[in-house]
Amino acid sequence: MDMKTLLLLIPLLPLAGSIIAGLLRNQIGRAGAHWVTILGVAASCGLSFYVFKLIALDGMAAINTSIYTWALTDGIRFEIGFLIDSLTVVMMTVVTFVSLMVHIYTIGYMRDDPGYQRFFSYIALFTFSMLMLVMSNNFLQLFFGWEAVGLVSYLLIGFWFKKESAIFANLKAFLVNRVGDFGFLLGIAAIVASFGTLDYAETFARAPEAVGQTISIFGGAEWSLLTVICICLFIGAMGKSAQAPLHVWLPDSMEGPTPISALIHAATMVTAGIFMVARMSPLFELSEVALSFVLVIGAITALFMGLIGLVQNDIKRVVAYSTLSQLGYMTVALGASAYSAAIFHLMTHAFFKALLFLGAGSVIIAMHHRQDMREMGGLRKYMPITFITAWLGSLALMGVPLFSGFYSKDLIIEAVHLAERPGADFAYWCVLLGVVVTALYSLRLLFLTFHGKERMEESVRSHLHETPLVVTIPLILLAIPSVLIGYFTVEPMLFGGFFQDAIYVAPGNDVIGEIGHHFHGPLAMALHAVVTPVFWLVVLGSAAAVMIWFWKPQLATWFAQTLSPLQRMLDKKYWFDEVYQFLFARGSLKLGNGLWRYGDAGLIDGALVNGSAGIVGRLAVLFRHLQSGYLFHYAFAMIVGLILIIAAFVILDKGMLEGIF
Amino acid sequence: MTASDLFIALPELFILVMACLIMLIDLYLPENRRGMVSFISVLTLLFAGIMVMRWQAVDSSTAQYAFNGTFVRDRMADVLKVFCFIVLGAVFVYAKHYLRVFKLMCGEYYVLSLFLLLGAMVLISAASLLTVYLGLELISLSSYALVALNRDDRRGAEAAMKYFILGSLASGLLLYGMSMLYGVTGSLSLSDIAASVAIAGDNVMLVFALVFVVVGIAFKLGAVPFHMWVPDVYHGAPAAVTMLIGSVPKLAAFAMAIRLLDNGLVPMQGDWMAMLTVLAALSIIVGNLVAIAQTNLKRMLAYSTISHMGFLLLGVLAGTAQGYSAAMFYAITYAIMSTGAFAVLIMLSKSGIEAENLDDYKGLNQRNPLLAALMLMLMFSMAGIPVFVGFFAKWLVIQAILDVGLLWLAVVAVVFSVIGSFYYLRVVKLMYFDEPETTDKVTAPADFRFVLTVNGVAQLLMGIFANALIALCVASF
Repeated sequence: MDMKTLLLLIPLLPLAGSIIAGLLRNQIGRAGAHWVTILGVAASCGLSFYVFKLIALDGMAAINTSIYTWALTDGIRFEIGFLIDSLTVVMMTVVTFVSLMVHIYTIGYMRDDPGYQRFFSYIALFTFSMLMLVMSNNFLQLFFGWEAVGLVSYLLIGFWFKKESAIFANLKAFLVNRVGDFGFLLGIAAIVASFGTLDYAETFARAPEAVGQTISIFGGAEWSLLTVICICLFIGAMGKSAQAPLHVWLPDSMEGPTPISALIHAATMVTAGIFMVARMSPLFELSEVALSFVLVIGAITALFMGLIGLVQNDIKRVVAYSTLSQLGYMTVALGASAYSAAIFHLMTHAFFKALLFLGAGSVIIAMHHRQDMREMGGLRKYMPITFITAWLGSLALMGVPLFSGFYSKDLIIEAVHLAERPGADFAYWCVLLGVVVTALYSLRLLFLTFHGKERMEESVRSHLHETPLVVTIPLILLAIPSVLIGYFTVEPMLFGGFFQDAIYVAPGNDVIGEIGHHFHGPLAMALHAVVTPVFWLVVLGSAAAVMIWFWKPQLATWFAQTLSPLQRMLDKKYWFDEVYQFLFARGSLKLGNGLWRYGDAGLIDGALVNGSAGIVGRLAVLFRHLQSGYLFHYAFAMIVGLILIIAAFVILDKGMLEGIF
Repeated sequence: MTASDLFIALPELFILVMACLIMLIDLYLPENRRGMVSFISVLTLLFAGIMVMRWQAVDSSTAQYAFNGTFVRDRMADVLKVFCFIVLGAVFVYAKHYLRVFKLMCGEYYVLSLFLLLGAMVLISAASLLTVYLGLELISLSSYALVALNRDDRRGAEAAMKYFILGSLASGLLLYGMSMLYGVTGSLSLSDIAASVAIAGDNVMLVFALVFVVVGIAFKLGAVPFHMWVPDVYHGAPAAVTMLIGSVPKLAAFAMAIRLLDNGLVPMQGDWMAMLTVLAALSIIVGNLVAIAQTNLKRMLAYSTISHMGFLLLGVLAGTAQGYSAAMFYAITYAIMSTGAFAVLIMLSKSGIEAENLDDYKGLNQRNPLLAALMLMLMFSMAGIPVFVGFFAKWLVIQAILDVGLLWLAVVAVVFSVIGSFYYLRVVKLMYFDEPETTDKVTAPADFRFVLTVNGVAQLLMGIFANALIALCVASF
C-alpha cells in the first residue's frame, strides 16, 4: 500500500464507521454500531501510530501531498491534501488514541440510551473531521475540518435534544463559535487576497515579503497586514479554544453526555485553535503585536477562568473551568513563541483531562446521573479504580514533579518568564498565580467527591459500586500516559529539534532553545523544581486546599461568608453571561425585531418579495393561459414565432433594407 | 460501402439487429415471462456500450467518416452514445416496474425505445443533412407511438395526436430549411455546406434557411415559443415514456444543434447566436415562471425541462469550444437528473394512478426517508444548489456566455434560476415539513431501488468529482 492510500485511510475509516452506524443503525443494531465504529477508529489509531513511528522515530521527511484537486479558479487551487510532519503526527496519535478510549468508554456510559447508534455515529464522524483538520495542508480543508468539528460539537451538546438546557447550550456554543469563525474566515480571506493561495507552504513562503505591508480597513488608519491576518485567525482560535471573552460556551457544553465532554470539549476539538496557531507559527512570528495579543488573552483566561472553578458545585463544570484555564496556559505558551511547549502541554493535557472527565463520568454513572458534588463524598471506598485514577490525573493537572503536567506547565511558565514582549510580565504573574488556583480546585474536587462524609441520599448510597470494565479500562489506559508521558517525551519533543520542520520560531524569540541550555534531563528538572517558585506555589495551594476542604470544612463556609462579594462575582462568572445576554442576545433580538417589522415585513416581504412574487404569480397564470390545450393555438404560436424570427433577421436586416430601397 | 464503413457503424447495426430480434422474441414469450425482454434490452445496451468504448478505431481523437461521408464517429459522438446507453439502461429498469404496475408490460415499449435510441445514435453521428433528418424522424416516429402506448387512455391518445401533428409541422419546416440550404450550396454534406457558406458570404436565402433550421432544433429541444407540445406530451404520456422523452432525445437534440449549427453553419455564427439568444432567454423566463403555477409534478417537470433547455442553449450560443462542452455537460447531467425525478414519481405511483400531484409528495420523509432524501438531492441538483452536479452545469454555461460578453443574459439566467428554485424547493418542503396524507408503504423491486439510489447519490458524487465528466466534455471539442 502506498503512502497516499494509507494516509487517506486514516480519516476515511472512522468516516466509514460513522456512515454505517448512522445510516444502517436499525440494521446493524447496538452492538454492530459500536463494533463498526470502534474497529474503524482503532484501525485509524494503529495507522496513526505507524505514521508517527515513520516520521518521529525513523526520521522520514515530512510529507506534503495533494490528494485531489476539486476546483481551480483564477490560479487558486481548491484541493484536498495532507501535510504530515512532526506536529501533525503528534495530533493524529493523540486524537485517535483519546477517541478510541472514549469509544470504548461510551459502551458503558451510554448503555441504556435510546440514541446509542446515533452517538457512535457522531463521535466517529468527529474523529474523521478532526483528522481532516490536523492533516490538512491548505486553508480550505482546515476550514472544512474546523466547521465539521463545530457541527459535531453542536450535535453532541444537544444530543439529548429534549432537554431544554441542552438546546440552549448548543445554540449558545453555535452562536459563540460563529463569532470566532467569522474572524477565522476573514483571516483566511485576507490570506487569499494578499497571497493568492490557500496552500500552507506557499503562504509561508510569501509571508516574509508582506512584512511592513499595510492595509486600511476603516477610513485612513493603516494596519499591518500580517497583524490583521494573525489576529483574525486567532479570533477563530479564541472561539474554538474557548479563550476569554469567547469562552462562555464551553462550561455550558457540559450539558452533553460526558464522553464527548472528554473527547471534544477537553482533549481534542478545543485544542484545534492551539494547533492552528502553532501550525501558523511562520505567520505569527512575523507579528509581535499579534503575539502580545495572544499572550494577554491566554493569561487572562488561564487565571480568571481557573478562579471560577473554585466555586462550582457541578463536578463536570469544575473540570470544564479547569479546561478553560489550561487552554489559557497553552495560549500563553503560543504568545511567548513557545509553540512546542504549547503542543507539549496540549498532548499531556489531552491525556489527563480526558482521564479526569471520564473519571467524573464514572462517578456520575455510579451516582445515577447526579452531578452535584455537595451530594457526594466518601466515594473512595466504593470505587477504588476511579478514585486512584482521578488522583493521578489531578496530580498531573496540578503539576506535581515527575507527573506529565509538571513538565509541560513548568516549561510554559519558564518560557513566559524569559519572553520579552509587551504583556509578558502580566502573563507571568497570571500563570504563577494560576498554579495555586489549579491546586485549589483540583484538590477541592477530589476531597468533596472521594473523601469526607457521605452526603448522598440513602437510595443512591445503597447502589454505589465501581463502574464496569468498559469504563475503568479506558481510565487505566489513560492514567498511564497521564503520569509517564511527560517524563519520557519532554527531552526529545522540546529539546531534540523534533518540531524543527513544523514550527518556525524567529531567532530572537527562541525561549525554548534558551531553556534548553539549562536542561539536564527530566529527572534533574524534577529535582531542580524544589528551588523554583512554581513548586512552592503548588505546595502552598495544596496545603490551603487540605486545610479548607479536608481538615476543617467549616473554613470553607467561613471563607464564603467573609469574601462574599468575591464569591458572588465568581459564582456569577464575572457576569459575562448576563452582559452577553443583555447586550447581544436581547439587543440583537430587539434589533432583529425592529428590522423584521419595518425592514423585512414592510419593505422586503411586503413590497419586494411578495410584490415580485405577486408579479411572478400573475405572469405565471398569464402564461399558463397561453397553454390552452388547443392544437391550432400551439401551431399558431410556432408559426408566429417563426415569422417573428424571419422578420427580425431577414426583413429587418440592414443590408436587405438597403437593397430594397 | 466497405467493411470499414460497417465497422464504424457497428454499434448502430448491433442495436438495429437486436431491436428486430427482440421484436421476434417478444412474439414467442408467454405473458408471464415478458420481463425477459427488459433483461435482454439492458444487455443489448451493455454490449453496445462496450462496442463504443472498446472497439475504437486506431485513433479516437480524429473523426472517422463512413458511408460516403454521411456518417461520422468522433469523440463527441462516442461520449454522447455511451451516456445514451447509461440513461436508457436506467430508464429500462424503472420502466419495467412501471409497466408491470400499470399492466402495460409488452415488448413494444422496448422495441420502440431501441429504435428511438437508434435514431438518436444516427442523429448524434450525422455528417449530412440526410442523416440528420433520418435520425430525427426515427426518434420522432418512435416517440409518437410510445406516447400512445396506453391506447385506452384518452389523455395519452390526445397527447400523441398533438405531438404528431406539431412534430410533422416542425419536420416540415426543418426540411424546408434544408432544401434551401441544398439549393444554395448544392451539397448535403455538412462540411461541404460549411465551406460553401463561407464563400457565399451574405446571402438572404441562407439566413432564411438558417431560421427554419433553428426552428427545427428549437422544436426538438422544446425552446419557447416552440415548446407548446412539451407540457401536454409530458403530462399525457405514461410516466415511463415521459421519462424516456426527457432523456435520450435531449442528448440527441443537443448533438443535432452542434452538427447543424457548428459543423454545418459555423460561418453564420453571428446570426444563429442572436436567434438562440432570444430563444434561450425566452425559455428560461417562461419555463421557470409557468412551472411555479403548476400543481401537477409532470407538468412542472415539463416546464422545468423548457427552462433547462434554455440553459443548454446558453452553452451552444456561446459558440466557443468551452460553451459547447458546457452545454454537453448540461445535457448529460440533465438527462440523468430528470430520469431520476421521474423514477421517484414512478416509485410513488400505485396500480393505475400516477403520483403526479404535488400533494402526493406530502410527508414523504415519514413514509420513506431514503426516497425523500434521493428526491431532495435530485431537486437540489435541478435547482442548481452548490455541490450538487446541477450547480456546476449551470455555472459552466453561465461562465461560457460571460466569456463572450453576454452579461445581461447571464443576469437573466441567474435571476430566473433563483425564481425557479422556488418550485423545486416546494417539493422538498412538501416532503419534509408537511404531514403525509396516507401511510401506505412505498415499495419497488430491489433492482429499481438500487438504480434509483445510485441515480440520486450520483447527483452529489458527480458534483464533488465533477472534474472527470467536465474533462470528458472538454476533450470532445
